[in-house]
Amino acid sequence: MPDPLLKLSGLEAFYSDFQALFGVDLEVAQGEVLAIIGANGAGKTTLMRAISGLTKSAANMVTYSGEAIGALRADQVATRGIALVPEGRQLFPSLSVEENLIIGSQLGRKGPWSLNAIYKLFPILKERRNQQSTSLSGGQQQMVAIGRALMANPDLILFDEISLGLAPIIIKDIYAALPGIIGEGMSALIVEQDITKALSVSRRFYCLQEGRVSLSGASATAAREDISRAYFGVE
Amino acid sequence: MKTFRAPISGSNSLDWVNAIVQGTLLGGLYALFAAGLSLIFGVMRLVNIAHGDLIVLAAYLGLTVTTILGLHPLLALLLVVPAMALFGYILQRGILNQTLGKDILPPLLVTFGLSVILQNGLLEIYSADPQKMNAGALETASIPVGELSFGVLPVLTFAIAVAVIAALQWMFYHTALGRAFRATSDNQETAQLMGLNRRHIFGLAMALALGVTAIAGIMLGIRTSFDPSIGGGRLVFGFEAVIIGGLGNMWGTLVGGVILGVAQTVGAKIDPGWQLLAGHIAFLIILAVRPNGLFPRISE
Repeated sequence: MPDPLLKLSGLEAFYSDFQALFGVDLEVAQGEVLAIIGANGAGKTTLMRAISGLTKSAANMVTYSGEAIGALRADQVATRGIALVPEGRQLFPSLSVEENLIIGSQLGRKGPWSLNAIYKLFPILKERRNQQSTSLSGGQQQMVAIGRALMANPDLILFDEISLGLAPIIIKDIYAALPGIIGEGMSALIVEQDITKALSVSRRFYCLQEGRVSLSGASATAAREDISRAYFGVE
Repeated sequence: MKTFRAPISGSNSLDWVNAIVQGTLLGGLYALFAAGLSLIFGVMRLVNIAHGDLIVLAAYLGLTVTTILGLHPLLALLLVVPAMALFGYILQRGILNQTLGKDILPPLLVTFGLSVILQNGLLEIYSADPQKMNAGALETASIPVGELSFGVLPVLTFAIAVAVIAALQWMFYHTALGRAFRATSDNQETAQLMGLNRRHIFGLAMALALGVTAIAGIMLGIRTSFDPSIGGGRLVFGFEAVIIGGLGNMWGTLVGGVILGVAQTVGAKIDPGWQLLAGHIAFLIILAVRPNGLFPRISE
C-alpha cells in the first residue's frame, strides 16, 4: 500500500481547556473519500480544526504527504493543499459572492477549479455573483462555501457538517453534486451527523465517540447495530 | 451671544463664508489624521493611542530630511512615507500583533506606552522647542476667488486628503489586498484557512496606515509649528473625524473631518477662544444624535 496522503497518529487536541481528542489514529489514501461520524461533542469538528491547523497539535501527530504539519498555522496548512468547508459556512460578509470565491483561489494553486467551473457546478451563484454573501439562502451560502474551498484546488478537502441547518431537498442536491466535486483524484473527509448520507458517499468511515475512534471500516459493509453502538456508546 | 451684537454687513457675511471654506479645507488635514486610524481600526479593531504621536514623529522625520538633504517638504514625502510604512510593519509584527486578542485592554495599554515613549524620545532628540518645516512660497501662495482668497497649501492638503481617501477606498474594494483586509476583518480564522497569514496582513495594514500618517505629519509640519507634545490633540481630532463619519467608512471620515474643521473655524469666528470647544461640541452633538456616526459601515 502506498503512503497515505494524510495520517493522524495518536492525535490529541484541545478545545480551549478541555481535551476533545484522545489519541486518534486515522489514514486517508490518495483519492479516498472518508466519512467521520459521531454524535454531538464527539470531537468531529475539533478533528477538522486540528487537521486544518486552526487548532495546533504536536507536529508528528498530523503528517501530510510525508510532512509533519501538526504544528503549522492554518495558512501554512492551506498552502500545502488542504481546504476546509467549515461548519456554519463562515462566509465573509463584507465580500460579494464572487469575491468569496476568488479569495479561495488566492494561493494560486493550479488545478481544474476556476470561477467558471464553480459557476457551471452551481449556476445560481453566477446569477448572484455581485450580491453580498449574507443575502443568499442557507443552501446557496453552502454552495459558496464549497466553491470557495474548491477554488484553492486542494488535494484534500474537508467538509464539516455541510448539511447542518439546511432543508432536506437542498441537502439532497448538495450530496448529488458531491461525486462530481470530489472526483479527479481529490481526497475528502466528510463530517456528517446523517449516517446514511455519510456512508453513501464514502468508501470507509470512522466513528468518533468522546474523542476516540470507536469504530472504523468499509462504508458499504458497515453493520447498523455496530454503528449505533459506536455512535451512542450503548452496550 | 456675540453674533447678535453686531449688525451683519456684506463683508461680515463674507467672513462667515470664508470661515466655512477655510474650515472645509482644514477638514482635509483632519481627514488625513483620521484615515490611518480608521484603516487600522477597520482591519484589526485596534485603537491606536499613539496615532497622534506617530503623526508628530512623521513631521520630525520630514524636518530631519529637509534639513539634512535640503529637500522641499513635499519631496521629503518620498522618503518619509516608505520609512513610516516600514516602521509600521515592524511595529505591528514585532509588538502590536502580540497584544491582539479577545481582550481589548492590552493594545490600548501598549499603544499608550508607545505614545509616552515616542513623546519622550522626540523630546530627547529634538527638544521641546516648536519647529516648522519650510515650504517656501507654497506657504503663503493664494488663489483669489471673487472676494475670497484660498491658500494654496490648504487647497493642496484637501486635494491630497481626497486623493488618499479615494485611493484607500479603491484599494479596499478593488484589489486583492483590500479583499484580504476585508476578509481578515470579517473572520480571522476563516481568512487563515484561505492561506492569509493574519500577522502579515495586519503588518501590511499598519504599514499602509503609517504611510498615510506620514503624509498627515508632513502636511501638518508645513502648515503649523509643532513640538513633541502635540500628538494627543491630533489623536483627538482624528478620533472625532472617524466617529463623526461613522466607523469603517473612509468617505465618512472625510465628511467627519470637514464637519470638525468647519465647527472649529466657525467657532473661532464667534470667539477665538471657542475654536477647539466648538469642534468638541459638534462632535458631542453628533454622537448624541447618531451614536454610530453619520455613515456607519460596521454595524456591531
